[in-house]
This record gives sequence, C-alpha cells and structure tokens, in this order.
Amino acid sequence: MPDIRTETMTVNMGPQHPSTHGVLRLVLELDREPVRAASPTMGYLHTGIEKTPEEKKWQQVIPLVERMDYLSAQSNSMAFCLSVERLLRLDIPQRVMDIRLLIAELQRINSHLVWLGTHGMEVGAVSVMLYCFRERELLLNLNEMLAGFRMFPSYMRVGGLREDLPRGFHDAVRAFLDRFLPKLAEYEDLLTKNEIYLKRTQGVGIISREDAVAFGLVGPIARAAGVDYDVRKYFPYLGYDTYQFDVPTETRGDVYSRYLVRVAEMKESVKICRQALERISPTGAFAVDDPRVTPPPKDRVYTEMEALIQHFLIYSQGFTVPAGEAYVPVEGPRGEHGFYVVSDGTNRPWRVKSRAPSLLACQALERMIVGGLIADVIAVIGSIDVVMGDVDR
Amino acid sequence: MEAMDNPDLIALLREAVPNAQLEEAPGIDPQPTIYASRDDIPALTRALRDRPELAFMLLVELTAVDYWPREPRFELVYLLVSIAHRRRMRLKVRLHGDDARVTTASDVWPAANWLEREVWDLFGIVFDGHPDPRRLLMPEDWEGFPLRKDYPVQVKLAPRTTEPLQVTEEEFRANVMKDRLSRDRA
Repeated sequence: MPDIRTETMTVNMGPQHPSTHGVLRLVLELDREPVRAASPTMGYLHTGIEKTPEEKKWQQVIPLVERMDYLSAQSNSMAFCLSVERLLRLDIPQRVMDIRLLIAELQRINSHLVWLGTHGMEVGAVSVMLYCFRERELLLNLNEMLAGFRMFPSYMRVGGLREDLPRGFHDAVRAFLDRFLPKLAEYEDLLTKNEIYLKRTQGVGIISREDAVAFGLVGPIARAAGVDYDVRKYFPYLGYDTYQFDVPTETRGDVYSRYLVRVAEMKESVKICRQALERISPTGAFAVDDPRVTPPPKDRVYTEMEALIQHFLIYSQGFTVPAGEAYVPVEGPRGEHGFYVVSDGTNRPWRVKSRAPSLLACQALERMIVGGLIADVIAVIGSIDVVMGDVDR
Repeated sequence: MEAMDNPDLIALLREAVPNAQLEEAPGIDPQPTIYASRDDIPALTRALRDRPELAFMLLVELTAVDYWPREPRFELVYLLVSIAHRRRMRLKVRLHGDDARVTTASDVWPAANWLEREVWDLFGIVFDGHPDPRRLLMPEDWEGFPLRKDYPVQVKLAPRTTEPLQVTEEEFRANVMKDRLSRDRA
C-alpha cells in the first residue's frame, strides 16, 4: 500500500468572517480538523484614534473614547473622565460618582448581553441572540432617555455629567432590573444544561491561571481561570468599596467557565444597580462646582456678564489641565481598562493611551486555539469577547 | 491596599539589582513611579516579576510618550500590578531620539510581545531581542511612525492630482512648528 501523502493546509479566516467579531483575521494552519498553528492579524480597523485626541480639546475627546470599545462606551468615557479629573485635582460630588457607577454597571450588563447573544448564536443557539438583543434594546432605551442617544450618549463629562437625570429615570431602571433577572434565568435554562452547548464549550479553549496572568489577561477571562483580580475590589474607585457584591470566579478556564462567570457578573451588577438607585437622589448636584470646567447654568448666562464670559471660554478654548500624567484603572466589561493621560499644561491632551483588554485577549488567542479543532476556534473567539474597535483603535 | 511609597520600593529594587540607577518620579496617582536606566531593564524586569516581596506578575500596559523636541524625547512606560500584594507601580525609561532602543521584556511578561510591537509600530522604538519585530496595526510597508510628534499629520498643501504628495524637509518642519505654536499655552 503506498504511503498516504499528508500536508497541512493554510486557511484564512476573516477579516470578513461573520464570527470573528468585526475584522479579526486569523491565518490557520490545519492538519485536517485540528489547528496546528494560528497567527492573528489585525489593524483593519485602525483609525489613529489615539492620535486624534492630541488635536482636540479635553472635553471633545469623550465622543472619541466612547467609540474605541463600542460595547462599553460609557465605561470608557468614565475612565477617561476619572483620569483627567485626577490631573485637575477635582473633588467630584458623591451623587455624581453614584450615578456614574450605576451607568457603568448597566453598561456591563449591556455588553455582556451582546456577548451572550453573539456567542450563543455562533455555537448554534440562535434564539439566545434574539432574546438578548431584546433586553439590550431596553438598556439602549434607558440611554436614549438619559441623553437622547442610544449607543454613544457622551453623557459623562470631565467634571461630572452633562445634565441631571431625567424625570422618571429611577422607575425606568427599576422596571428594567425587575424584568431582567427572570429573563436571565430563562437564558440560563436555554444554555447552562443544554447538552449541545456543553459539548461545544466544556474543555474548549483552556487557558491556565499562570498563562492568564503572564499574557496580561484580566476581567472575565482571567476570573474564569481562577484569578480573582477585579479592579473594583483591588483598587476601588467611585466608592465601590462601600457596595456589597461578590466577584464570581471559576477554575477551569474554558469557554464554559467564561460563560458562567459572565452570567454571574450580570447578576452581581443587578445587585450593585439596586444599591446605587437607593443612594441616588432624583435631583441634586450633577457636576463639580468649579467654574473652570463646568459651564454656568443657562439662566445665569443670559443675565450675568461673568457667566456669559465663562460660558464662551469653556466652549471656545476649553480648559487647561495642569501638566502631569494620570492613569485611573476601572473594571470595564472586558476587564481592567483605563486611560493613561499625559498633559503638557495646555487645553489639549499631549498623549491619550487606552489600555485595551481586547488586544491582549487577541494575543492569547493563539495559545487557546492551537491543538483544538477548527470548529472550536469559533467558540473560543466568541468566548474571549474581543471588540475590534478596542484592539485596533 | 498595602501602602508602599517610592523609597521603600527603590530600596527593595536596589537590594535586588545592586548598582541600578533608580530615580523616583513625582506623580499624583497613588502608586510609586520610578525612572530606571535602559541598561538595567533586563535585570529590573526579572526582579520585579520574580522577587516574592515584589511579585509584579501582571504587565497591564506598556506604552511610550514622545516629548519632541525635548531630549531625551521618548519615555517608555510600564504599568505593573502585583496581584499578590494588591499594589501597582509604574516603571519608566528615558530614551534618546537618535538611539531609541531597549531590551525586550517579552521573555519576562509574554503580554509585552504585542505591546512592544505596537510601540515599535507607532513610535519607532526598537526592542532588541524581540521574537517577532513586525508592525502590529499599520500596514507592514508603512513609512514613518504615526504617534511621533514630528509625524506630518498637520501638513496642508494645495491638492494636486498628477503627482504624489511630496513634502520638503523645510515645509515639514514649518508645518509642525506652526501647529505647536497654535496650541494654547496655559
């Protein structure tokens, strides 16, 4: 019998593959079904968005950072504001911090819902996608109520918030939270013990605890591997240390553990949201009382010369930020992120660097998929929840 | 969070790496910032990761800042977290524009691999010994380093359709200086 000639096959997956979450390109070397080597390539979405802020005034950077990681928009703008506010040495009112915390937790639920929906669809559970996007729609409605904009509200501002909470916001959030928990239980019924889902995800895409730390993985991926690192607990900001919540962890580090961690995180976020709602008064201070950064109220602009001058200064020249550098880490939906901001004392940033958890997740992707089957590649890419806007910036 | 200030950390690092040139830097973040010399980076990064009293296992970010036209123009920044001790620190290295190279840290923290590729791609800082020194975000045949402050993004010329855009050295310098002067000084 003659020898059977075997050779590996090189396959391009992406950048237009529907399950690569945007424009991630993987060059896979296949030995029939198993993957022998993988090389992720990115940059297809690179827009130089870290260079652009160097030409913008500080407040104008907020819409840009919201569009970097487009699934955690308000978490990004909050991280940027915290860094700039530290440089400005502003003392932010407690009410503003509580509102920001509430919005950040809602954003986490929003991002995890998109993740659950797309990941479910990619492993064959299409109905989960439809259900998750239905609930996410309600969160986008909350954004619309808050700021008139659904995806990128730019509601966070350096110095506080753009305006006060709209009337009825508390009731709207409560209504969402009351509806959401039973719905989440329904999604769990669809997946957690589903034989097909278990076969696609258990023992797939494993990364060890040591590798997770070495590759700089944070957030749900690291927590699924047993690293309990959560910025909210380790380096509390916004007063997270005064809230009651747990950090769910798993130990196996596979796709299924990441699913369990993210679902548990959504439940914790609901708990945090309820506590925040108790603390936030319906009306009150929504920005720091500092004439350098906060524009005066409109009735004063129309009646007082000083207020009018202040209004023009803020909207034409912006404000200057003392020279220095700051980095405030926050726990976004994809793990620690933050903005390393350098100021040279002018009204424009000297350097804005976004810490991108998705970039490091992409880097570790090779470690997770080599040795597995090509069908598992899709499950793993889904499970690490990369947002290409964050990878490429 | 365990309190640890710059002198403590510097003392620990001196003990780990004798003769290291260390200098503490002021900062408003509640974490130590230390300037180190480029030559000490291989020993320092290993000590930071392996010494049990330091245990900075997690490299959160590695990036650079360009302070052109000041020299040394580049500052390389390592943001580190010690999960075991709930501590953060920032390690910085100053690099001259005409000799912007440093030893890679990708064998200490595998996470540094792509972060260093990004810094090379956007700032043109060379990492000696890097296993895969390619561009990360820009196309591989791209010329120039976009996040450098003297990168010509602000050049404005009349549009021409017949010949490619050519900028002379003088036009380039003049445009960049014009842009710098237009920044509102505090």
